[in-house]
Amino acid sequence: MFLQSPSGMSRRHFMGHLAASAATLPALDFIANVQANAAELKKRNKSCILMWMSGGPPSIDIWDLKPGSKNGGEFQPIDTAGALQISEHMPKTALMMNELSVVRAMSTREADHGRGRYYMHTAYAPNPTVVHPAFGSVVSYELGTARKELEIPAFVSIGGGGSSPGFLGMSNAPFLVDASGNIRNAKNEGLSPDRLSQRLSMLGVVEDNFINSQRGDFGQAHKEVYQKAVNLMTSKQMEAFKIDQEKPETIAAYTAAPAQGGMMGGGGTFGRGLVMARRLVERGVPFVEVDFGGWDLHAGVFNALKTNHLPQLDAGIAALTADLKERGLLQDTVLVWMGEFARTPRINQDVGRDHWANSWSVMIGGGGLKGGVAVGETDKDGLTVSSPKAYQPGDIWATVSHALGIPLNRVHQSKRGRPMPLANSGKPIQELIG
Amino acid sequence: MLAGWSQKLRGSTAAVITGMALSIVVGVMASTASAAEETPKTDSSKTDAPKADATKSAGERLSGEVQSGDAVIDFINQEIRQAWQDNGLEPSPVADDYEWIRRVHLDIVGHIPEADVVEEFVASKDKSKRSILIDQLLDDPGYVRNWTTVWTNLCIGQNTPRRVSRDGMTKFFREAFGRGRAWNEVVFDLVSAEGHFEQNGAVNYLLAQMQDADDGVQMTAKTTRLFLGMQVQCTQCHDHPFNEWKQDQFWKFNSFFRQTGKIDHRKYDPKSGRDVDDYSEIVWRDFDGPVFFEKRNGLMQVAYPIYFGSEIDPGPVTERRKELAKLMTSGEQPAIALAMVNRMWCHFFGYGFTRPIDDIGPHNPPTHPALMERLATEFVNSGYDPKTLIKWIANSDAYTRTSRLSKKNQADNPAVGEIPMFSRVYVKPMTAEQLYDSLIIATNAHKSGRSGWEQSERQRQVWLQQFVSTFGNDEGEESSSFDGSIPQALMMMNGELVGDAVSFKSGSHLGDILSGKGSDTQKLQKIYLTSLSRLPTKGELNAVQKYFRGSREPLAVYSDLFWALLNSNEFIFNH
Repeated sequence: MFLQSPSGMSRRHFMGHLAASAATLPALDFIANVQANAAELKKRNKSCILMWMSGGPPSIDIWDLKPGSKNGGEFQPIDTAGALQISEHMPKTALMMNELSVVRAMSTREADHGRGRYYMHTAYAPNPTVVHPAFGSVVSYELGTARKELEIPAFVSIGGGGSSPGFLGMSNAPFLVDASGNIRNAKNEGLSPDRLSQRLSMLGVVEDNFINSQRGDFGQAHKEVYQKAVNLMTSKQMEAFKIDQEKPETIAAYTAAPAQGGMMGGGGTFGRGLVMARRLVERGVPFVEVDFGGWDLHAGVFNALKTNHLPQLDAGIAALTADLKERGLLQDTVLVWMGEFARTPRINQDVGRDHWANSWSVMIGGGGLKGGVAVGETDKDGLTVSSPKAYQPGDIWATVSHALGIPLNRVHQSKRGRPMPLANSGKPIQELIG
Repeated sequence: MLAGWSQKLRGSTAAVITGMALSIVVGVMASTASAAEETPKTDSSKTDAPKADATKSAGERLSGEVQSGDAVIDFINQEIRQAWQDNGLEPSPVADDYEWIRRVHLDIVGHIPEADVVEEFVASKDKSKRSILIDQLLDDPGYVRNWTTVWTNLCIGQNTPRRVSRDGMTKFFREAFGRGRAWNEVVFDLVSAEGHFEQNGAVNYLLAQMQDADDGVQMTAKTTRLFLGMQVQCTQCHDHPFNEWKQDQFWKFNSFFRQTGKIDHRKYDPKSGRDVDDYSEIVWRDFDGPVFFEKRNGLMQVAYPIYFGSEIDPGPVTERRKELAKLMTSGEQPAIALAMVNRMWCHFFGYGFTRPIDDIGPHNPPTHPALMERLATEFVNSGYDPKTLIKWIANSDAYTRTSRLSKKNQADNPAVGEIPMFSRVYVKPMTAEQLYDSLIIATNAHKSGRSGWEQSERQRQVWLQQFVSTFGNDEGEESSSFDGSIPQALMMMNGELVGDAVSFKSGSHLGDILSGKGSDTQKLQKIYLTSLSRLPTKGELNAVQKYFRGSREPLAVYSDLFWALLNSNEFIFNH
């Protein structure tokens, strides 16, 4: 795996950063620089928050209920602030549905966890000859590099297992953190800024020697990642990960837990992850993925949803949407909700639902997109997409690209030079970009 | 056997230079001739020296005069040199001893050399010292450990899959490399294994490919790639897009694996009162007749167990995997030999004769086809001995070269897409295991004897897990590498391992150096030798002096310097 520049990436601006820092480098200078640039962050930066429901969520019980059908299950739909009905167990979200929409006409073919995960994240089917980047890496590449004031990684994944940046290279890999916000090895306790500065300065001397030794590009790529790591260590933006700085009421609203800290099910990690996501977006991180696991409900689906998953989901989505709106960030932040696939309309003998990719729903909103609409529909038993057009993840990511201002005709290159169109040539969904 | 696709690239040098490898499927279907067809251009392989004597350094003259005394090594040198001439390249100079000893250690035993070993080697005036060192490293226990690690990772990944025993797998490979087992026997065992995953560690390879109940699809794809060097997985669903292979090729391979079953045993754990995982095993499953598969147009097809034209009895009694193993490991130049040669060459040089190394086929012509084939034949003749193969490669003239580009071979830069001509050894990132083992050497932790072997292994596994859990996907590229992400940079900068290394605790290497005899300059030299396996340049010494002058804590300067050296790009790359 040899690091190659994706075409179009300007190494020059990075080298400028690095050359300056290698030469002068006291860490104190770093910190001063960061504080001076804090003011710049106020300008309009677009972001996307992906809520990833790992395991395959039963969208037929959440966003597209079929009460008249034998597949309808135990839940009833309720009215919302938008033009559609959703599950009765999502009452808080129902009040925010004027801001959010549901694409009910997803039909995506991949019903295997690994393949589905890959397909939904990258918009490409898994292929043995190339590794495609997850869309977060695409956004990191397209938007992150341009945000010079951003000192923390441009693609943060909270609670997830990671995904590959593929041909876009390691500097666009997701930065993994857990919902506690602890980042391993982020600090060196007992090391004064002077010592850090001395170390980095010496590092620059040694590194430049190798870079100038006619051995190719590797030395430079290494330096860049180190630069990012040092930025991380010394950046005030690291505060984004410290969600305990939030008021307890805020965290309580996001996690459906009492303010004093009673836990349920997943321990409120999803809600806490969303709080962190909001804090990251406030500081200009263009893509945050928040993981919510445990959706592979082959058995006891209604009980699980009712007592555990939906209260957390409901609280989280509603609180995040309201919070972003209140801070004036919602029109610049796209929210996406999806999993690797959804679950069968047919209820199995264990009162569960199995894997199903043929007809399901993805939720998407914010970012200036139309809220409160249902795009497409499924038949009365939820078995097929009955509206004329069915959608792929590429269409969802194309819609996100539209909202983020990434040109739709972008074409990246794999390591072997194969052209890779943005979002696998998906098209933005008309009903949402209205 | 793979007669159909052997290309003669020598005549099409223009194509090589322009690098349009895919478009050269020129139909010169030569037989897989041995070197008998190729008459060497030079009459004596001993006059390897380049014609421009004036530019020869001491190092180069040394290399030219070392008689390999071995026909295979001579053939390697000749073929490589011929391709340089055909492409108008001249090789980079011979690497100095510092550069070379570090690289050969990393490549053969998986860690950097100790400072003393470097100093001794550099001081030696023995003209055949490089060759002698190669032999010594092959007999070092580090050889067994390194190749066990490499092949365990290739077979079951760095992240151990469910119901697979990593201990079982490593035990199998430790034995294979420790006892010098023939490679074809190793492959035979891996493909045909049955039984308990700790008693017959070889089964872990198969178990790792059985994570999904997929009728042996993953097993088929992995076996063909890893051992045969062929990527047939595209043909699972359709005819291969770039070559003659048809969809039934994949399913013919697959039909050999259909008698593979596994049992995941559980046992009762009295402590928790629950059933927990016990052992897993590979067992026989009844299967006979053809495999059915669907073409894209929906038509059903059949595939029988046929291996490159050799049919076996598809009846219920045939042990298909055993038959497959026999077929795979016989012949004069079987695919497993070509695949191993390609992989081994890539291990040492950074690139193989094809790219990717496990995609050998008519659509992917090798850079040096005659060389690759001769090496495969000789590898078979040597009794499939990996050590012999390594000796040939590591003793070649090309491997003695530096990794620096020179004015005369600027085009030899595969990292930007050029075709590799091996006029220099290419830079390779260290693997996570190499990094860990090298940091241990830099700390002297391996000498402090503070933990027994098993505990050290556990510590190593724990340390490695911090990277593996992050990026546990299989890219299938040439080397499983340490990928240069921010968490890794943070670990190197602030983590305990480097932290210990740069402290001057008693017993630590740095502590020993600083409290030992010698001038400041000598101490600095020792620090450089320990970390980068070389001496500091004058410029570096001057730069460090500046830090001493500007600081009131000389010990801190030493510590910070060591820190910088261990964190540097020069440390983390194998060059």
